[in-house]
Amino acid sequence: MLLSDASHGHGLFRRLHLDPPLLLGLLALAGFGLIVLYSASGEDLAQVWRQVIRLGVAFGLMLVLAQIGPDTLQRWAHWIFGIGLAMLLAVLLLGVVGKGAQRWLDLGVIRFQPSEMMKIAVPMMVAWYFAERTLPPALKHLFVALLIILVPTLLVARQPDLGTALLIAGSGSFVLIFAGMRWRLLVYTGVLAAPLGWLLWTFGMRDYQRSRVLTFLNPESDPLGAGYHIIQSKIAIGSGGLYGKGWLNGTQSHLEFLPERHTDFIFSVLSEEFGFMGVLFLLATYLFVLLRGLYIASRSQDTFGRLLGGGLIMSFFIYLVVNVGMVSGLLPVVGVPLPLLSYGGSSMVTLLAGFGILMSIHTHRKLLKS
Amino acid sequence: MRLRRTMLKDPIRERHLFQNRAIFAAILCVAALSVLALRMAYLQVVYHQHYSSLATNNRVSLKAVAPTRGLIFDRNGVVLAQNIPTFTLEIIQERVDDLADTLDELATLIPISEDDRERFEHERRRTRRFNPVPLRFRLSDEEVALVSINLHRLPGVEINSTLTRHYPLADLTAHTVGYVGRISERDLQQIDTSNYAATRHIGKIGVERSHEHLLHGRVGREQVETNARGRILQILHREPPEPGHNLYLNIDVALQQEAKAAFAGERGALVAIEPGSGAVLALVSVPSYDPNLFINGISQASFRELSDSRDQPLFNRALRGQYPPGSTTKPILGLAGLELNEITSLDSVVCPGWFSLPGDDHRYRDWRREGHGPIGVTRAIVESCDVFFYDLSLKLGIDRMSSYIAQFGFGQRTGLDIGGEASGLLPSREWKRRVKREPWYPGETLITSIGQGFNLTTPLQLANATATLGSRGKHMQPFVVQAVQDPTSGEKQHLEPIQLHQVPIQDPGNWWRIDRAMVRSVEERTGTARSINHRLQYRIAGKTGTAQVFGLAQDQEYVEEEIAKRLRDHALFVAYAPSDDPKIAVALIVENGGGGGRTAAPIARRVMDRYLLARPEN
Repeated sequence: MLLSDASHGHGLFRRLHLDPPLLLGLLALAGFGLIVLYSASGEDLAQVWRQVIRLGVAFGLMLVLAQIGPDTLQRWAHWIFGIGLAMLLAVLLLGVVGKGAQRWLDLGVIRFQPSEMMKIAVPMMVAWYFAERTLPPALKHLFVALLIILVPTLLVARQPDLGTALLIAGSGSFVLIFAGMRWRLLVYTGVLAAPLGWLLWTFGMRDYQRSRVLTFLNPESDPLGAGYHIIQSKIAIGSGGLYGKGWLNGTQSHLEFLPERHTDFIFSVLSEEFGFMGVLFLLATYLFVLLRGLYIASRSQDTFGRLLGGGLIMSFFIYLVVNVGMVSGLLPVVGVPLPLLSYGGSSMVTLLAGFGILMSIHTHRKLLKS
Repeated sequence: MRLRRTMLKDPIRERHLFQNRAIFAAILCVAALSVLALRMAYLQVVYHQHYSSLATNNRVSLKAVAPTRGLIFDRNGVVLAQNIPTFTLEIIQERVDDLADTLDELATLIPISEDDRERFEHERRRTRRFNPVPLRFRLSDEEVALVSINLHRLPGVEINSTLTRHYPLADLTAHTVGYVGRISERDLQQIDTSNYAATRHIGKIGVERSHEHLLHGRVGREQVETNARGRILQILHREPPEPGHNLYLNIDVALQQEAKAAFAGERGALVAIEPGSGAVLALVSVPSYDPNLFINGISQASFRELSDSRDQPLFNRALRGQYPPGSTTKPILGLAGLELNEITSLDSVVCPGWFSLPGDDHRYRDWRREGHGPIGVTRAIVESCDVFFYDLSLKLGIDRMSSYIAQFGFGQRTGLDIGGEASGLLPSREWKRRVKREPWYPGETLITSIGQGFNLTTPLQLANATATLGSRGKHMQPFVVQAVQDPTSGEKQHLEPIQLHQVPIQDPGNWWRIDRAMVRSVEERTGTARSINHRLQYRIAGKTGTAQVFGLAQDQEYVEEEIAKRLRDHALFVAYAPSDDPKIAVALIVENGGGGGRTAAPIARRVMDRYLLARPEN
């Protein structure tokens, strides 16, 4: 199924420009997410319904985007990126402050997070840029691409939204790798990044961001303060054991020891209630989606589609690794949701939009029959 | 190669390049997810036991339950100290976003004084994390309602109902019952902290302090399941606290009230003791203070007002006030002369109004300038002749005089069960050598005999000595707490009176003569306490006294009206009644009251009337 090729098939899915294996994987994740959410929300059915509606909207958007051919996207790529950048600047100048950070643009009817859009716009722009150039890219083109990535990343980091900045930078960087950037250069970048990291720590970070990094290094140093989240999360995961405490039976989540349990820490709830077996099932499903995504990208007929598809699927990968790494204490706490499981709208819409594009890449094939 | 790469696109090559990179990405995905899976296995399988027990510890906690403090009653069951349910506004700092904002917000709802804020600031620095810090005590029903409806926008703010100590009679028994206050750092070092785990108040002074071990009770334990906010979801196991014991005091509130009224705003102290048992019937020190102010920490301003007051309301004059006894010790000295065979009841001395030591022309004056003429021991007590006792003191000598007087408890703590008393001072040759490093001078013997000089006694000592005299030498340890009641069974256990010793009796007739002399000082026209004999329905044996506040120069006339009120002599009076079978012994002092007969004696009469005539059970 992983390597099955719906693009050659016919019928409903073909006409809807959907890829059945990928769709199945996404639906499995969303469904599992709803089950866990019911427990994590304290058996609040209204909250589950709100999530169902969001999923409906997001899958709807995926369906719409799947109908738009990659050629159209390629034509519009730089416009989308330009509008996104302009809105990021607008947020910094006149955005709404929520939870101590400026992320939202109030458009009167809805509040909109331009940084979400950039998660797609940045890899799309990089892909667009490389599509017309020979690969592997020359150094000067790499430089331009790097600028395309860094400018929005820094703008988002200024908001400050470390998680999203990381995702934008990550997905953009994966496009560079897919484009054939030399490994040697990657190593050099790494060496260069160290002093940059120091500069970021000293001048670029806010206190709460620094304290997050510090407690990541030693969460037990402040068990009731900033390290509380991680310690409680690890207790939830560890106490789940092999088979879990059973659905709706997690004490850590139901007695409210777990913070943000229906959003960023929903994985801990899942681990506590479904145990290691549940975790394995979830990770296997994620792996299936990832590999299917990579397969779709590599099957694309043109460079733009390949690079964009690869960048989008790897952004999904970054979401997953950062979130699970965070709740299990491997990575610092950055506000990144668990893709498709965490409660919340904007990131889910962006993610499924990305999958819509991926499906579009897969299903809009030029028939080159000689 | 290089040229071509920059010039032309090669779709086949690019596709291969991408496929290579996609394979790398796939390997990366598999590797990263494997790492995550291994991490999960580490947490969920290898360390499962560890985290499992942490999860249990998280939700199950042992909570201490404070016992209910024992009540305090007077001898007739009038409540002196009780516990009333009150509402306290408390804040858990760690749950508040902006403390200053929250305080301002609360201040718009209910009055919060500067004192409240100050105390809150002080308290919050020494409160453990996630423990509530009280901001306001004793909220009214209206205040509770006002805060309650706004609680949803005030995270970290709580209203808790607790039992708070309350003293319904306020200042009337403050100097006896004392008060509880919040447990201080110093208290913590002296108590079993596990027993006080849930207790917030501890006895600071008076009965509350001396009988803390009985009043407090035993802490209870509850094993509870809590959520992360500490809210209790269910009680898994409960070991109830043992409430503290109730105390019944010997104190009679009616006597306290009578005495307080009789003082009529004067400063002073009165102690009434039951002769033969040592039961303290009244213990009055006026002015007094409201002990309720101290329970949750008194404000700086209120405390300064009390402590800076010239009238010293916080000072327990009955136990800690040390005054020269003046002439009130004359009956005991007369008894010493008779019992030690230095004089007989028939011996007399001529009093010309002054006395000189042989070979010295310094004149020791008698209070009556023209003298008492020829005078024996009885009339010397009735009229309080100084010269007679100057003469007697020389016959006895300081050593025998002070050792006889010491048998009545002077110069040492009585051992009152509520503690806090001063020891007074009974001068002796040995004392002067030790403390002053000086020899004893004969002149000092003379002044000691009329209760001046180095002599210092507390009203309590004086009352107990009077009770000893009234009960024919039965010297008891005075005690305030009469009975201890088990709160659950209701069983009352009476405390046994403790006899310290018996003053040896050479001749009961001597005791009888002194008793007669004291009765006559009340009943006779020339008696110093004659002001209280009007329509007296029982016999009072009494003795007046005057304690000098400042010394007069030789030949200087004491003119009361010319002396500022604060420099006037203290008025003293000791008495027991009925004289043939004493039921009550009283000692009292009116500070700067002037003469003992005129100012002090009527107060004793009112208290005794109240006790002997108006008691409902009699």
